[in-house]
Amino acid sequence: MAEFFAMGGYAFYVWASYGAALLLILMEIIWVRRRLRTILLRLGRMKRMTEVYTEVKVEHETKT
Amino acid sequence: MVFGMAFAGINWFKYASPASFYPLAGRMVPWFAALAVVLALAGLYIGLFVAPTDYKQGEAYRIMFIHVPAAWMSMFIYIVMAIYAALGLIFNTRLSAMMASALAPTGALFTFLALWTGALWGKPMWGAWWVWDARLTTELILLFLYIGFMSLEAAIDDPRRASRASALVAIVGVVNVPIIYFSVQWWNTLHQGASISFSSAPSMAATMLTAMLVMSLSLWMYTIAVVLMRVRCIILERERHSDWVAELMMEAR
Amino acid sequence: MFAVFRCLFIRDLLLAVRRLADVLTTLFFFVIVVSLFPLGVGPEAETLRTIAPGVVWVAALLASMLALGHLFDSDFRDGTLEQMLLTPQPLSLLVLGKVMAHWVVTGLPLVLVAPLLGLQFDMAPSALPILVVSLLLGTPAISLIGAVGAALTLGVRGGSVLVSLLVLPLYIPVLIFGAGAVEAGISGLGAGAHLSLLGAILVLALCFAPVAAATALRISLE
Repeated sequence: MAEFFAMGGYAFYVWASYGAALLLILMEIIWVRRRLRTILLRLGRMKRMTEVYTEVKVEHETKT
Repeated sequence: MVFGMAFAGINWFKYASPASFYPLAGRMVPWFAALAVVLALAGLYIGLFVAPTDYKQGEAYRIMFIHVPAAWMSMFIYIVMAIYAALGLIFNTRLSAMMASALAPTGALFTFLALWTGALWGKPMWGAWWVWDARLTTELILLFLYIGFMSLEAAIDDPRRASRASALVAIVGVVNVPIIYFSVQWWNTLHQGASISFSSAPSMAATMLTAMLVMSLSLWMYTIAVVLMRVRCIILERERHSDWVAELMMEAR
Repeated sequence: MFAVFRCLFIRDLLLAVRRLADVLTTLFFFVIVVSLFPLGVGPEAETLRTIAPGVVWVAALLASMLALGHLFDSDFRDGTLEQMLLTPQPLSLLVLGKVMAHWVVTGLPLVLVAPLLGLQFDMAPSALPILVVSLLLGTPAISLIGAVGAALTLGVRGGSVLVSLLVLPLYIPVLIFGAGAVEAGISGLGAGAHLSLLGAILVLALCFAPVAAATALRISLE
């Protein structure tokens, strides 16, 4: 096992390579998922704001 | 990628509209993600455990199993990106432009990874963190091309002009890459005495080749999954004022 | 058709001559950048002779690229460019006329001054004609390729930095064959191959760059 991680003395280079790959891939996935979540939240917020606006508008019109 | 679906007998023209592609992409992501993980595990197993130690390069050559697939993907993605860009420019289809934009960051990531792993491979093998050989230098220039594409799109406010302008950049870029590669190779052979060819990978045992192909496939599946995720974001961002998005928000409640 | 090219060419030349400052600033930038290298690297003749072709060429690229801002800018701002888009004449010819005039004003001076700079770097006198020819073939190609970048970034914030990002990777083959031609000449290998490739790139640029730039203009102005 220890031999495997030592990679014949090249441990630093090999694991820095695979480690960087894993890190970048994870970062990309997290970033994209966060982007989707953000836009869905914003769209939801916009929808609620327009609903409130139309409610108020209708109320106002029925009163006058 | 989507071309493959035409052969599956699906009337994919229906999915050329962002509205219908959005849910389809959402359904496809988990499948490609699962494929990517399975292939990665298989590829890493073969590459790190099964493939024999190289006579000349010892264990360090195993970096090849991430370096070469990353480099291949960086070039493949650029070509696909340019094709979508051209389709978007010629046929004026919004989804094509969105796909081109979605592909760029992943392509840039793989280009960077290829350069990073290339440096980590070069240092123990040839004593220098950077070698100006034809392939690495072209990879570097490819990174600049990706960054140029993304920067131009980000700098232009009007989304339609932004995607059309960056589409032209992608097309001009893809046409120039062979010219650039040829000229860099010429430059390289003229200036280097000893032929330190970076591409002198160890003479390939069959297991090494298998591992490289499996890893490449894995990265391809990963790319499809991530790009489909990202294009969903782009679709929502650019189509946010349309009716189908409003309906989507209704259902989400 | 040739008339429209000639018309734009002469017009742009006249306009440029009236604003001679534009010509001169590009030229002075070229000279200054070349002079920076000995200050950075040390005045040792051997070193300077080695780096001379590359330095002169890179400085020519950068100077040319900086000048791209002038190509479409003033016409864009006063609306002339939009009018040009509306003419029935092929836009690529109009663009070619403008780019050629632009080259005469910004690129050609570099070609003419380069031998002096080569001497500053103690270049072999036999290499100087090769330097001139390589720049003569290369700088029009650079102006043509650069025109595409300039057209794409019309009116964009931070346009000039963005243009460099877009256009410098495309300049690389021109740089390699241009500087390579001079070095080949110096080392006695003969610059013929390099210069022919440079010529080929120029021909390709003449054929395709005006069309690409015209497309880019339409994209930017719609």
